[in-house]
Amino acid sequence: MLALRGAPLVLCAVVFVVFGLLAPRFLEGANLVNILVQSSSTAIVAIGMTFVLLTAGVDLSVGALMFVAAAVAGKLALGGAPLAVAVVAVVGVGLGGGLLNALLVTRLGIVAFIATLGTLYVERGFALWLTETRAMNLPESVLGLGTARLAGVPLPVVILAGILAAAHGVLTRTPYGRQIYAVGQNLEAARKAGIATGRIVASVYVVSGVCAAVGGLVSLAQLGAVSPTFGTAKEFGAIAAAVLGGTSLFGGRGQVFPGTLLGAVLIQTVENGLVILNADPYLYPLITSGIIFVAVLLDSAGTALLASRSRRRIRVEDAPVPGGPARHRADPDPA
Amino acid sequence: MIACRGIVKRFGGVPVLRGVSFALSGGRTLGLVGENGAGKTTLMNILGGHYPPDEGRMWLGGVPYVPRHPQDAARCGVAFIHQELNLFGNLSIAENLFLTAFPTVGRLPCIHRGNLRRRAAALLEEVGLSAGPDTPVERLSAGEQQLVEIAKALSLDARLMIFDEPTTSLTRQETERLFARMGQLRVRGLSLIYISHNLEDVLRLCDDIVVLRDGEQVGGGPRAAFTVDRLVSMMVGRSITRLFPARAAPVSAPPLLEVRHLTQPGMVADITFTLHRGEVLGLAGLMGSGRSELARILFGLDPFARGEIRLAGRPLRPAPRRSIRRGLALVTENRREEGLCLEAAIADNLALVTLAAHARGPFGWLERAGLRRAIEGVRGAVRLTPTAPDAAPASTLSGGNQQKVVLAKWLLARPAVWILDEPTRGIDVGAKSELYQLISDLASEGTGVLVISSEIEELFGLCDRILVLSRGEIRDELARDAFDRERVLRAALGERPRPGVLS
Repeated sequence: MLALRGAPLVLCAVVFVVFGLLAPRFLEGANLVNILVQSSSTAIVAIGMTFVLLTAGVDLSVGALMFVAAAVAGKLALGGAPLAVAVVAVVGVGLGGGLLNALLVTRLGIVAFIATLGTLYVERGFALWLTETRAMNLPESVLGLGTARLAGVPLPVVILAGILAAAHGVLTRTPYGRQIYAVGQNLEAARKAGIATGRIVASVYVVSGVCAAVGGLVSLAQLGAVSPTFGTAKEFGAIAAAVLGGTSLFGGRGQVFPGTLLGAVLIQTVENGLVILNADPYLYPLITSGIIFVAVLLDSAGTALLASRSRRRIRVEDAPVPGGPARHRADPDPA
Repeated sequence: MIACRGIVKRFGGVPVLRGVSFALSGGRTLGLVGENGAGKTTLMNILGGHYPPDEGRMWLGGVPYVPRHPQDAARCGVAFIHQELNLFGNLSIAENLFLTAFPTVGRLPCIHRGNLRRRAAALLEEVGLSAGPDTPVERLSAGEQQLVEIAKALSLDARLMIFDEPTTSLTRQETERLFARMGQLRVRGLSLIYISHNLEDVLRLCDDIVVLRDGEQVGGGPRAAFTVDRLVSMMVGRSITRLFPARAAPVSAPPLLEVRHLTQPGMVADITFTLHRGEVLGLAGLMGSGRSELARILFGLDPFARGEIRLAGRPLRPAPRRSIRRGLALVTENRREEGLCLEAAIADNLALVTLAAHARGPFGWLERAGLRRAIEGVRGAVRLTPTAPDAAPASTLSGGNQQKVVLAKWLLARPAVWILDEPTRGIDVGAKSELYQLISDLASEGTGVLVISSEIEELFGLCDRILVLSRGEIRDELARDAFDRERVLRAALGERPRPGVLS
C-alpha cells in the first residue's frame, strides 16, 4: 500500500542508494546538506505552485517573476540600498506579480494557462529591460545571504523551512486551507456552499507570486549574478516537483509536506549525483527528465491499481476449501 | 412554517410559474410532483434564494421571507438535499460538515481539531451514520453521503429541508433508511418538502401534495385525496391509459445473444441466459446486484474470467470497438456522464458512433451531406423535439430528449442487440411512454433488447421475460404470464427459487 502511494519516496530512496553505491562521496553529510541548499529555491517556488495546482490552476509565470525579483534586488544592491530594502522590494514584486495573475484569472476570467503564459512574457520582457539584457554581478552583501548560517543551518534552508512550515500549517489547519481543497475539487459546489471562491482562487496566485519572488532572491544569492536566462524553465521544475510529490493537476489533491518538498529534493538529488559522478553535462536534462517520467509513471500506475482494488465488490467469493470445490459444500446462505 | 402565496415567475416573458400557493406547518411533509419542466426546480430556486419571484409573497415561521441569495436562505434555516450531492470527496466528513463554519482555536484562524471531531461525531450520531468523522467522503456510498448532507443541514439549524430526487442513486435499503431518518426529522418539528418522480414514495411519505403542470398548480391537498393514477393524470393533463405498448411475444425466435457460465470473481458468477431475436429481456435486481456490471462485461468495458458469449452463433470476445462492429449497443445508466458529450452539439452527439462510416476518399473527408441526411432521418425516427437545432449543445435538452439522442446515436449503427441500463431514469411520464414505444419497436424489428430497470412496473410492462439477479447470480427467471411482484422481490432479496424454476 505504502509502496504504491509513495512512488516518489521509493524512487528517492532508490536514487540515493544507486548514487551512494556509485560514489560514496555522495552520501557524506556535507553533500546531503548541499543538496538541500541547492534544492531550496526550487522547493520554495514549488510550494507556491502547489497552492495553485490545488485549485486546478497553474502558474507558468513563476520563472519570469523570479527573474524580475532578482533583477530588482540586484539593481537595489548595486545602487547601495540596504539588504532589508531589497528584501521588502522582492516581496513587493511577488505580491504585484501574483495580484496581476489573480486579476487576470478571477476578474477577467482568462484561463490560468493562458493568463500566466502571457505574464511570463511580460515579466521576462520587463526584467530584460530592467537589466538591459546585461548580466549583473552582485556585491558581497547579497552573496552573504547564500552562504550565511543561522545556528549552523544554511540560511536558504532556514528560509525554506519557515515557508514550508507556514504553508503546511495553512493548508492542513486553517479554514482557508481546507477551502482551497474544496475549491479545487468542485468549484461550483464550493460556490454553492457559500465559500468565497473568487477570493480563494485569487489568493493562491498571490501566494505563488510571493513564493516565486522569494525563491528568486534565494537563487540569486546562491548564483551571485543575474543573467538574461535567470529563472528560465523554472516553472517546469516547480510543477514537476509538485507533481512528483503527489499533487494532482486536476486540483483538490496534494500536500506541500512531505510531497512537494520530496519532489524538489528528488530532482536536485539527481542533478547533484550526476555532477559527482562526472557525467556528461549534456546528459543531465535527459536523465533528470527520464527519472521524473518514471516517478510520475509509477505514481499513476499505483493510483490505478489502488482504484481497481478499492472498487466495490458485489459478491464475496467463497474461499477455496481444501478437499473439494466450493459447490460441494452445504449452502452457506441462510434460507 | 413556510407559506407561499401567488408565486409567479417569468423568464424572458415566458411564464414558468403562474400563481403557486401552499402552506406547510412544522412537522409535516409536502410532496411536490410534476413532469420535468413543470416548474418544480424554479419554485425551489425561488425558495433557495437563487432568484426572486416576479409576483407573490413568502413567509417563513410567520415573518415575511425574502431571501436575496442562497446563503441568505441557509441562514434563515432553509436547507437543500440535492439529487447530485454537493460534497467534497477529497475532504473528511467533519470538514464537509463545517466547511464554512470551522470551530477555531480562540479567534485564531486555526481549526480546533478536537472540537471539530466532537461536533461532527455528535451530528453523525444524530443521523445514524456509523463512519468516523475523519473518513474521507469519497469512501462513503451514495446513501451514506446523503446522510452527511442531512447532518450538514442539521448543523445549520435548518427548519425547512427540501429533498430534490434524493433516492435516484440509493439502493432500496438505503432509501428505507433515508425515509426513517426523514420521519425522525418530522418528529423534531422540521418541515420537509419532497420532490420525486416516484409517486408511490410521495404518497407514502407526504402529508400534503402539490401537483404542478406547465407552471400551474393543477392540484393540491392532503394525501388521502390522491392515488398514483390520479397524480399521473393530473401531471400529464390527460390520463395515460396505455403507458406501455402492447407486446406480441415472439414465438420460438432464433437465439441472438447466448451467454454461458459467465464469471468474474467479485462481480458475477455463472451467468447463463439466451436473448432471442425480437425479444425484450428484463434484468431485475436491487441496486448493486450486478446488473450494470453484467452489462459492462457483455459490452467489453470490464473483463471476465470464465464463460462464453456468442452473438448470432459466433463467439464474441467483447471489447467496445469489436462489440459495436458485431452489433452491440450499450445505453448506460447515467446519460449525462457516459452517454453524451453534454456540451457538444446534438448533431455531433448523434454522429459519434457512426462517424467513420461517413468518411470518404483516401483522406477520410467527411461526406457532410450524407451525414446530415442520416441525422435528419434518425431525429425523425426517435421523434426528437423539432425545436432544438442540430447545433445546440445536448445539455440544453430535457432528460427525455437527451435519452432519445443517446438511442438515436446507436440507432444509426443499426445494432442487433441493445443493452439498455435504466433507460428512463429521471425522465417524465410523457417521455417515458414514448421511449417504451421506441424500445418495443426496436424489438419488433428483429433486434434483441436487454433492459435493466429498478422499476418493476416498467419491466412488467415492457418485457417478454425477466431474469432476477442477486449478488451477481441469476436467482430466478419469469416468463410474461408468470410476472409476479412478490416473486421478483423475493429473488432480488436473494431467496432461492423453488426447485425446477430455472431451466
